[in-house]
Amino acid sequence: MTVKTPQVLQEIIEDFQNMYEQERLELLLEFSDNLPEPPERYAGHEDEMEQVTECQTPLFLALEYSDSPDPEVTIIISAPPEAPTTRGFAGVLVEGLSGQPASVILGVPDDIPNQLGLTKALTPLRLRGMSALLGRIKRNITNHLA
Amino acid sequence: MTTTVPVEQSDYAHPEKLVSTQWVAEHKDHPNVVVLESNEDTLLYSTGHIPGAVKIDWHTELNDPVTRDFIGPEAFANMAASKGISPDTTVIFYGDKSNWWAAYALWVFTLYGHEDVRLMNGGRDKWIAEGREITRDVPEVTQGTYPVVERNDNTERANKAQVLESIGELPLIDVRSNPEYTGETTHMAGYPQEGTLRGGHIPTAESVPWATAANEDGTFKSRGELHELYAENANLGKTDKVIVYCRIGERSAHTWFVLRYLLGYESVRNYDGSWTEWGNSVGLPIVVGPQPGQAPS
Repeated sequence: MTVKTPQVLQEIIEDFQNMYEQERLELLLEFSDNLPEPPERYAGHEDEMEQVTECQTPLFLALEYSDSPDPEVTIIISAPPEAPTTRGFAGVLVEGLSGQPASVILGVPDDIPNQLGLTKALTPLRLRGMSALLGRIKRNITNHLA
Repeated sequence: MTTTVPVEQSDYAHPEKLVSTQWVAEHKDHPNVVVLESNEDTLLYSTGHIPGAVKIDWHTELNDPVTRDFIGPEAFANMAASKGISPDTTVIFYGDKSNWWAAYALWVFTLYGHEDVRLMNGGRDKWIAEGREITRDVPEVTQGTYPVVERNDNTERANKAQVLESIGELPLIDVRSNPEYTGETTHMAGYPQEGTLRGGHIPTAESVPWATAANEDGTFKSRGELHELYAENANLGKTDKVIVYCRIGERSAHTWFVLRYLLGYESVRNYDGSWTEWGNSVGLPIVVGPQPGQAPS
């Protein structure tokens, strides 16, 4: 498996890197604001989604797969508005990765959170939360393919 | 110094340190009042805050970027002035999570001797739950004038050596959750991987999780209820000196506020090194399990 960042996610990372630190937080807020609501069928069924306990706030994850040996993966994440940083991370991963083939997502470098240039603005604990979220997505895919 | 900003009366020991959401709604635009929002989630302020409130970020603005300590006197003076604060300003703190980080920021201001600091009871959640106005507009701040003042670490703050000397001499209160206290886990639920090597608590420390001081809506319990919790159940009685701690000092700042200003204990020190220092230090005594344990002989 090659370690490579898909182009959409790479462009998001570059958007972050091309900004001053304070603007990066504003961009993260935009991702938080724009995180898509989970589809209707998940409404009120968050308990059927996977809870990402490594995050500081309640965050639920569901992945949907197309019917193919290397399925396209739809990423669905639910996080409350009181947790905008978590929602922001979720928004980056959804916009950057949702719809990509499983093999591509599995090849995303694990240190993506550090590449956003937020290591000064955010606590290490928060950044680990985002790494954990990516890790969960990958683990879910690996289990699905097994 | 006399302040023209009115005090909200209550039967707490220091009513001048606490205000209600209604009080804030009425006085937030007073020329001598600055409202500061201090959250755990640094983006939360940007999603909406009390109109006129200024953001303070505990991670980037109160902590020294290099040494594990608070910012120094010059940085504090610059930070305060940049938020429109002068020494005689009434500073109102509020935030998320029942005011953990608001109490923490208020405590740091206290170390720097800022006299008129007050907490908004119930914090951000209560303001929003009451349907009060919030805005994304960031106010224009008129720069304050703040002198460089030395921080006083002696009266409200405790360090590791002082805590070690205090075991068996002074009451200690551990405000973390029960599994953290017993040593079953080294972090609170939902906050894993915080890098502490040993689980447990400081010998003799009584367990009073911080949240027991708060009602469902994030406001503080009544003075009578708090008295029962701390003076009776935690055996503080009428002691005049207490040390509180948690994991990094933010939850215990909440309890420090309760003991110091709502119950009126004369000397309450917050050990901000807390468990992330104590639980990682070589050679320090710890106790595992539900009992406070004995002072080492």
